[in-house]
Amino acid sequence: MHPAPSIIAFTTFSGLGFGLLFWLGIDATPPTGWVAFVFFFIGFAMAVGGLAASAKHLGRPERALKAFTQWRSSWLSREACCAVAALVTMGLYAAGLVFAGYDLVPLGWLGAALSLLTVLTTSMIYAQLKTVPRWHSVWTPPLFLSLSLAGGALLSGRVTVAMSLMLIAGALQVWWWYRGDKALGQSGTTLGTATGLGGRGTVRAFEPPHTGSNYLLREMVYVVARRHALKLRIIALVFMVVVPVALLLAPFHHITALLAVLSHVAGVLTARWLFFAEAEHVVGLYYGKR
Amino acid sequence: MTDLPASTTRKLGLVIDLDTCVGCQACVISCKGWNTENHGAPLSDQDPYGPDPSGTFLNRVHSYEVQPDTGPAQLIHFPKSCLHCENAPCVTVCPTGASYKRTEDGVVLVNEKDCIGCGLCAWACPYGAREMDAAEGVMKKCTLCVDRIYNENLPEEDRTPACVRTCPSNARHFGDFSDPESQVSQLVRERGGMDIMPEQGTQPVNKYLPPRPRDDWADTSVLAPYLTPVAEEPRGFLGWLDKALDKI
Amino acid sequence: MAPIQPQIDTSPKVSDEVRKTTCYMCACRCGINVHLKDGPDGKRKVAYIEGNRDHPVNKGVLCAKGSAGILQHNSPARLRAPLRRTGPRGSGEFEEISWDEALETAVSWLKPIRETAPEKLAFFTGRDQSQSFTSFWAQNFGTQNYAAHGGFCSVNMATAGIYTMGGAFWEFGSPDWEHTKLFMLFGVAEDHDSNPMKMGLGRLKQRGAKVIGVNPIRTGYNAIADEWVGITPGTDGLFILSLVHELLKAGQIDLDYLSRYTNAPVLLNGDDKSPDHGLFLRDDSGKPLVIDRNTGKPAPFDQPGVRPDLAASYRHAGVTHRPVMHLLAERYLDNKYSPEAVETRCGIPAARIRRIAAELAHTAFDDPVILNQPWTDFRGERHEQMIGRPVSFHAMRGVSAHSNGFQTARALHVLQILLGSVETPGGFRFKPPYPKPAEAHPTPHCHSKPNSPLDGPHLGFVQGPEDLALLDDGTPARIDKAFSWENPMSSHGLMHMVISNAHAGDPYKIDTLFLYMANMAWNSSMNPRGVMEMLTDRDENGAYKIPNIIYSDAYSSEMVAYADLILPDTTYLERHDCISLLDRPISEPDAAGDAIRWPVVEPDRDVRGFQSVLCDLGHRLNLPGFINDDGSAAYTDYADYITNHMRKPGIGPLAGFRMGDHGLTHGRGEPNAAQLDSYIAQGGFFTAHVPQEARYFKPWNTAYQDWAVSMGFYETPQPYLFQLYVEPLRKFQLAAEGHGDRQPPDHLRGRMQVTFDPLPIWYPPMSDGHEDPVEYPIHALTQRPMAMYHSWGGQNAWLRQIHGHNPLYLPTNLMTRHDLRDGDWVRVTSSHGEITVPCAHMAALNENTVWTWNAIGKRKGAWALDKDAPEATKGFLLNHLIHELLPPKGDGLRWANSDPITGQAAWFDLRVKIEKSAPPKESQPVFPPQVSPVPPAPRNLRWKIGK
Repeated sequence: MHPAPSIIAFTTFSGLGFGLLFWLGIDATPPTGWVAFVFFFIGFAMAVGGLAASAKHLGRPERALKAFTQWRSSWLSREACCAVAALVTMGLYAAGLVFAGYDLVPLGWLGAALSLLTVLTTSMIYAQLKTVPRWHSVWTPPLFLSLSLAGGALLSGRVTVAMSLMLIAGALQVWWWYRGDKALGQSGTTLGTATGLGGRGTVRAFEPPHTGSNYLLREMVYVVARRHALKLRIIALVFMVVVPVALLLAPFHHITALLAVLSHVAGVLTARWLFFAEAEHVVGLYYGKR
Repeated sequence: MTDLPASTTRKLGLVIDLDTCVGCQACVISCKGWNTENHGAPLSDQDPYGPDPSGTFLNRVHSYEVQPDTGPAQLIHFPKSCLHCENAPCVTVCPTGASYKRTEDGVVLVNEKDCIGCGLCAWACPYGAREMDAAEGVMKKCTLCVDRIYNENLPEEDRTPACVRTCPSNARHFGDFSDPESQVSQLVRERGGMDIMPEQGTQPVNKYLPPRPRDDWADTSVLAPYLTPVAEEPRGFLGWLDKALDKI
Repeated sequence: MAPIQPQIDTSPKVSDEVRKTTCYMCACRCGINVHLKDGPDGKRKVAYIEGNRDHPVNKGVLCAKGSAGILQHNSPARLRAPLRRTGPRGSGEFEEISWDEALETAVSWLKPIRETAPEKLAFFTGRDQSQSFTSFWAQNFGTQNYAAHGGFCSVNMATAGIYTMGGAFWEFGSPDWEHTKLFMLFGVAEDHDSNPMKMGLGRLKQRGAKVIGVNPIRTGYNAIADEWVGITPGTDGLFILSLVHELLKAGQIDLDYLSRYTNAPVLLNGDDKSPDHGLFLRDDSGKPLVIDRNTGKPAPFDQPGVRPDLAASYRHAGVTHRPVMHLLAERYLDNKYSPEAVETRCGIPAARIRRIAAELAHTAFDDPVILNQPWTDFRGERHEQMIGRPVSFHAMRGVSAHSNGFQTARALHVLQILLGSVETPGGFRFKPPYPKPAEAHPTPHCHSKPNSPLDGPHLGFVQGPEDLALLDDGTPARIDKAFSWENPMSSHGLMHMVISNAHAGDPYKIDTLFLYMANMAWNSSMNPRGVMEMLTDRDENGAYKIPNIIYSDAYSSEMVAYADLILPDTTYLERHDCISLLDRPISEPDAAGDAIRWPVVEPDRDVRGFQSVLCDLGHRLNLPGFINDDGSAAYTDYADYITNHMRKPGIGPLAGFRMGDHGLTHGRGEPNAAQLDSYIAQGGFFTAHVPQEARYFKPWNTAYQDWAVSMGFYETPQPYLFQLYVEPLRKFQLAAEGHGDRQPPDHLRGRMQVTFDPLPIWYPPMSDGHEDPVEYPIHALTQRPMAMYHSWGGQNAWLRQIHGHNPLYLPTNLMTRHDLRDGDWVRVTSSHGEITVPCAHMAALNENTVWTWNAIGKRKGAWALDKDAPEATKGFLLNHLIHELLPPKGDGLRWANSDPITGQAAWFDLRVKIEKSAPPKESQPVFPPQVSPVPPAPRNLRWKIGK
């Protein structure tokens, strides 16, 4: 799949943002006043920023409101609804903390749940797609959720929680890659089934239907070299887990904490790039690109 | 409207005959022409005369080489457009309800006014049947020429999709699969019409007729008597000729 | 819950008006419905094009090119006004001028030529569909130097067909799609009659008839063939003669058919000292003689009641006369034609050759088609049934474009005839005005005189050395040397030799080269670089060696830059044309038909239909036929000519809706001022059905012959025999042996004696004797893609997305041997040149053959394409590897790279060697960009006329 910057930014930052909001929502001793403002601002900036980035992916962003209508069947619509519900709920909760210093606990819990639900819906957009075997897995939501929670914990300053969640997320990521590398092969979809000609012999794509590019090739047939991908996976893991955990293990300092956050974000961005770039859409089979 | 109808009154679709398709691309351009001028936004082209021309097409013809265990490789042309699946994943993923399957005939359409161009339906389609129009920002797909097949401004015989009407080698057939006596149903029965990517669970309406066996150079003994010599030498041949002429 | 669906209009208005005309996106000439809509500016514009269901050629279907016509019509490469060259030739620098200026310039060049030496005008046309008109113009101008592009197209196929059976493949005949049970296709990718071929194959598939494809490359039609014979290029003739060998040996031939309808029983002079050795024994009136089996005595072949004997010979005046059948049997029963003897050379296992022969025999003779349709033959015998052999064949340039192509095409026709499958049910059928024997065609004319029309038609069918186009000193009369000893039967002229001969001043210098729709500076030439150099070469005084070049084209093709004066043509939707029975009509086996084009929209540029321009030029030059007695213009434009011109009394360009004594008539009749309106009202075409009784056995069927006369195809019935043995070929052999007044140059004698065999032979492609097959072991071919026609398609935004560049396809063994993967680059070298191009793998390919799509490559600056268009950076032409001459072989001569009989350019004889190359920046060779004479093309397209 085409690793579109808008989508990578969206899933990364909205994941982090909602993760942070989740931790703020369940915090038994939440910050108030200016401190609360800063935390919530970061959470909202990331979540809303991510959503805004995703709108850039739309061909007709001015019609984006229509996306709230199909929550009964569409994960993307559900995501939109959840995101708005989470943001509104957390907004009210934040207003209480920032302006009145008042902790509306049930609202916080509700907002936290909605935030996680949003991340879940995001992950389901990908996990539901049978056409992308690498994504089509029960492990995709845990991966998204663990990363969101880890990043949120990191942003909210929960050092121990963040460290363990990052390790969990790292482990999930490695497992997800391992499984993903076999997914297309195990999906049963081949050029043979794609053409119905598999029973006659070995099928090979000969001439493509067009010598130039098209939407399908640009959007769904992105090919990363295996060696290149391996390098990027290591980089992603190092930045996403190893470096931040190491920094957090060191004596606490605001600079090291900031560096841990930046490293983690960079790592997640890399992993997300791979999430898309390595994902093989079965339509690529028709073009002989798999 | 992203729910799929439990059933449709009719099941309109195409039968594509891989035994007969010569890969001429007639259907591709006829489709492009009709659908640029008719239903919905025109199918645009970017950089049409430049280094990287690219445009929206609703129907494309691939070609594949098949190497059987014995005998020479075969070349098979493979037209592909929306298969109007009964279990169309492109419909249920749509966040706006723009994508829908018609209850009366099963045609899968995009209501362009509601399309936000998120592209998710194209991701959900295993066949690459949907292409986002870069100029209009909405998803385009085969409409089964819904503006032709019922069009009272067209003569009755022309109420077929443009690709079917134009196909020179008669490799494309249009009809109602819910009617077991329709031509398409009969073709599927007689020629072993097949689904492509059945494992995706999409239950495509369009069916493909497999190529008939090729290069059957097997046993020549049945034909051998036809080459029994009448003579080995020209002189003998002329003698045979003389006798044979007496018989006619 | 019942979902609520959007309401859509399923019955929208389709268009404001439909106008029916004829497509011109290739040579197929399909009928099209052009849908017009009123655009936002209120002007009626082309909105959609589809096939015309009523049309005899395409019956409603339409190919990709046809449907894409809307973008051809609106191409950014359309020329906009007459142009005068301002920069050096080849640069592309022009200024726009008025039509008056343009025409006066042309007149200032042409008038002095006509007054002194008309042959100094060489007028050649390319994809011209008005050859009966352009030749009429050239004839009245008085130059012998006229032809269209048949010489490098497929003249072998045409000539072999006409000389052998009075008709050819191309689009002039067709398999009997309704009845045939076994169809063999030789060397056809996309070609003439393309939609009918696809429709026919579709019908065969529907009926379950068998298709065998003989082609080194398994694409397109060959891909759907039930059996594929991946033959080695240039060996088709040998394969066919091996089939003949097997069929003869087994007696699987149609003796009744051979004795009645062919010259198999015709007696030949057997005296090897006689100047008539090998010629027909004829009676006093010149009729070939056969032995009548009833009497045992010689009789004219067409005598009523005669039963021609295939076996008996005749001794007369001390000379034995043997029937053609004897020679034929002796020739092909020879074991050198046995499957074992040919299998290696052809790349086809002997068992498979046998199997095909057996299958032909089985289908032809065990499974005949019998129609209960009585008919009467030319000897007056009535037959109660029509019995046919349901095997049919088709072949085109894969067979034709070899230096042995004429004899190979002849071999195929002989095979068809031996099986009794020509003009019989289930076999191959002619389309009116064919059948028409070679003798019924004109012979070439070449005698020009100042201020006079030529002495007759330029092109024709020579019957012997006496018909050659030679000057009194024996040198070629024509600039292309057509109908000279080098290629005596060059019935379509030799357009591919014009520029090199004119450049060399051999046989003489010319003054003005006038070309129409022929991209000679690019894909329509072999050796394009050489042609570009010749067109720009200057003499010692600094003047161009070809002094003036006038070119007419609708588009900014590569050739435009090489002309001094451009006469911009219209698009095919803006013009009048007639697809005439005098020329290449749209007939079907069961109907004669012709058609028109008419301006379904008016041009929005300062352009004029070329034929109308010729009418105007004809008037300005005072050409007979183009002026009235008072000196006024005979025709205001081409439409006027189409309506009012008469070639012979009662015969005009269009056969339909003529004026008879009692109102409208067809075939013969006076001009009708409303004729074009009638055509338009009828959908742009006219058909006259062949009577039921006349549908088969046309050359011998009295009902058909009478109908043909009534239609004006000929003046009297012309029944004839199929020529298994072609006597004119023997006459040239006799000349080469030293008989007769007209004698070939000595260096050609040996070659003529071998190649002009009156019975089909096979010899290796000529180039094999000039270059080392070991050094150049690989055959290199081109094929036309079905969605692209020559270079025209490159400017079409829809079609160029399908074919924007072309790889060289290599078979598996070459990919492996050279360690190649798809997208790698290869250097391809021939004895003439070198190209470096991308490659791709194809398994379904003859193991010694590489190929690519034809004419995708473009020159930078042409066709309004961006200079970095893939057509120019990755696309390429194989033409750069081919030369019009063979490499020197040390005999002091340069032999033409062509068929020695017809002069057909032998571009399929190409042999190359291949090596892996580092990827260059662009396909090599690269030529400097031309300045585009048209404005830049748009960056985006959203082509919608209606709301």
